[in-house]
Amino acid sequence: MAHAHHTSMGLDSRKMAFWAFIGSECLLFASLISTYLLYKGRSQVGPYPHEILNIPFTSFSTFDLLMSSLAMVLALAAVQRGDMRQGKLWLFVTALLGLIFLGGQVWEFNHFYHQGLGLTTNLFGSTFYVLTGTHGAHVTVGVIWLLTLWVQALRGKLGPAQAMTVEITGLYWHFVDVVWIIIFTVVYLIQ
Amino acid sequence: MSEQAHATTGTYLRVAAILVMITLIEVGVFYVPAFQSALVPILLVLSAVKFALVVMFYMHLKFDNRFFTFLFGGPLLLAFAVVVSLLFIFYGAVRLRTGV
Repeated sequence: MAHAHHTSMGLDSRKMAFWAFIGSECLLFASLISTYLLYKGRSQVGPYPHEILNIPFTSFSTFDLLMSSLAMVLALAAVQRGDMRQGKLWLFVTALLGLIFLGGQVWEFNHFYHQGLGLTTNLFGSTFYVLTGTHGAHVTVGVIWLLTLWVQALRGKLGPAQAMTVEITGLYWHFVDVVWIIIFTVVYLIQ
Repeated sequence: MSEQAHATTGTYLRVAAILVMITLIEVGVFYVPAFQSALVPILLVLSAVKFALVVMFYMHLKFDNRFFTFLFGGPLLLAFAVVVSLLFIFYGAVRLRTGV
């Protein structure tokens, strides 16, 4: 992990591969967002989005995820300058904010289910749960990844030499954030 | 090398403040009846600004090698084209079938 692998262009090969992966993820989420938009307003039975979506609650989740992105860049900056005390703190804060977001999503799904919106209730339920659930799965992977890095940092195995590993983790985490920025607008605010 | 000098902590904090402010504006616009007629374009522009800020400053595309911008921007444009094309095809088909 400590050895950098560079391409003929002088770019870090892991970072290059990861940007290509993020590009492919754009297409995955584009297909899910398209599906949501295509079936928008075509449910034959309720609950309908305007009856069930909780904007204040989701706004808080959005704020939480935006702050987790801030914590992530602060973690990366700390690791790059060799300040591992701050690095460990901000990595943990990022993971914690991710866990809070996930807790909110679990509460939201549970609440919607008890309001009568299941995966197969109507087209809104199917497309909503698949889109936001796929995003939530990505957040879960991100939280596990962050906690793994945090444990590595606690054991003294993460330092400035591994800054690229933290940067790639950050790329993933910020991508999850920008996907939520789109979902928050398309699903929650444009009803 | 691909690595350029990244933004400072002050820049990260300012970007976070702008992101929070835009989110507040989005939620405010959602609740104000006067904006309902222009709600969709306003919200799409605001979310595009937030998207760009995170990608440029937090994902460092503004400072990194331009090849990374190409690696991300190419599929992003393709993804946008997929969404727009599918919407046109789907609603075009619905219009043909229903005549509305």
